[in-house]
Amino acid sequence: MTIGTRARPSLTRRGSRLADRGFVVLTAGLAAGIVGLLVAIAVMLTLTSRETWQTFGVLGFLTGTTWDVVNGVYGALPFIVGTIETSLLALVIAAPIAILTAIYLAELAPGRLAVPLTFTIEILAAIPSVVIGLWGIFVLSPFLRSTVEAFLVQTFGFIPLFSGPAYGIGLFAAGVILAIMILPTIITISREVIIAVPNAQREGMLALGATRWEVITRAVLPYARSGIMGAIILGLGRALGETMAVTMVIGNKDAIPDSLFSQTQTIASKIATTFNEASVGIQTSSLIALGLVLLGITLTLNVIARLLVRRVTGGVPRRV
Amino acid sequence: MAVTLDQPLASSALPRLLTLRTDRRRTLLDRFMRGLTVAAMVVCIIPLVAVIAYVTINGLAAINLDLLTKPPKALGVGGGAAAAILGSLQMVSLATVMAVPAGILSSVYVSEFAGTRKAAGIRFAADVLAGVPSILVGIFTFTILVLPFQQYNAFAGSVALAIIMWPIVLRTTEEILALVPGTLREASLALGVQRWRTVLSIVVRTGFTGILTGVMLAVARAAGETAPLLFTALGSRLINVGDWQRPMDALPLFIYQNARQPYPVLNAQAWGAAFLLMLFVLVVNIAVRGRSMGRRTY
Repeated sequence: MTIGTRARPSLTRRGSRLADRGFVVLTAGLAAGIVGLLVAIAVMLTLTSRETWQTFGVLGFLTGTTWDVVNGVYGALPFIVGTIETSLLALVIAAPIAILTAIYLAELAPGRLAVPLTFTIEILAAIPSVVIGLWGIFVLSPFLRSTVEAFLVQTFGFIPLFSGPAYGIGLFAAGVILAIMILPTIITISREVIIAVPNAQREGMLALGATRWEVITRAVLPYARSGIMGAIILGLGRALGETMAVTMVIGNKDAIPDSLFSQTQTIASKIATTFNEASVGIQTSSLIALGLVLLGITLTLNVIARLLVRRVTGGVPRRV
Repeated sequence: MAVTLDQPLASSALPRLLTLRTDRRRTLLDRFMRGLTVAAMVVCIIPLVAVIAYVTINGLAAINLDLLTKPPKALGVGGGAAAAILGSLQMVSLATVMAVPAGILSSVYVSEFAGTRKAAGIRFAADVLAGVPSILVGIFTFTILVLPFQQYNAFAGSVALAIIMWPIVLRTTEEILALVPGTLREASLALGVQRWRTVLSIVVRTGFTGILTGVMLAVARAAGETAPLLFTALGSRLINVGDWQRPMDALPLFIYQNARQPYPVLNAQAWGAAFLLMLFVLVVNIAVRGRSMGRRTY
């Protein structure tokens, strides 16, 4: 053996070690990039909205009720209220339906039905928001105006909450369309959480002579409760940030809604409709500040929700 | 999987003598609530069917050669969605080229190299990033790729879409890689194959079909996104092929713009474009998810 041939393998080995190290570093860097991206989003939104926070103060901006481009006064309250109201309305409509459906899919539906039905629900989640919005403008909102809204205004119109006029476009329509959009989120996660409840829970109750419904309400749901809460909060998070469908049916009026049928605005719809026309400076900065508020709310809710879901499923919750 | 117990203790299964009044009430409540869950299920299906039906009916009526081959008219009302179709194809393609390698490589780190805690942390971050409202991804991209150049551009649109796709690819790929048996890795390493080659030629290749599934879902998601494009690619009435520094149209933007116009002709175009978009998204989702239907991981 000559020295040359002895040297070769060690050289390639060093080369391969380097390649391996490089590969690990590369993948680690990209993985860290995910975390970095989250941080970068928060940092960039903060930096570019600095002017607003400095001019109005954090509290001043959050509680300000006027959004006056001409006089340069910007307050976020109408949009925060609009966002919370539409999302809560969506939750009130969607959560009971979603939980009952999840119970059906996880506990009651026969296996050959449960799988295709779950699949169908997931398909609903895949339809682009703008397509649902288009359907919302031309189908859902005229339908609501002539049926549900007309009925509510006629019957309960004396209560300010239900006072008209109802155009079909407004807070109520936005709540309904959001409810449709968050159904799949709440259903699929709740279903997984319910499935994760140990069978011993059910068997114990059944052995005592309980009906299926008693098993569900007394043995399964209490066990799954925090996970279902998580599912609902994730649904809420999705509703808060949902943009296109809401923008298309909410009416886009900068006012705190005074009735269920008022035309109003959410943070996301306000940004979507005015960001492009905004002049660079305090107006853009204020819109980005609105975005930062939305980011804060959704991030907080997301973290809480995922921790709740994890508590029940034990492991990592499935991607949603 | 769902528990498959036999029919529960319906009172009819017991001797008639033992059937007390309260039992009957409990059975009735049981029946009623179970009926209610079925009703809820039906309520969930209605909007899905309604959306698909209306988009299909109105969309098919609006689809013609002009919609597929012409850009919007420069003056007046008319033309078609060609600029939007071409724009969507380009931007989603570029976004895929950026997001897929990043997604796969970062998922390799999570499943192959990271410790349990680091992996959990990155998974968590990916889920949270996926939960960031897409309009904020649009603003973020605006601040880094539009504001400095004072020019809406298609490249920024692609980047925004890639940011949406990345966590989706990461999470699906990582779940697939976790299913690849450890013995395959060991066999490869025992033969003296380097780790990076083991990962790429053995682990990733074994999970290839599954990874493709995740990629397709991410592509479908990106194709339907509107909000990230509003302040980045902006949309355009001109056909833009390959000029990444200029605004570009996309199908979702086209739908959004035309839905808000007072002209029925343009509204019809929105339905036509919505049908094309929905068809693509549904076909991808059904093809991809249908294969894995019933399996819990995909």
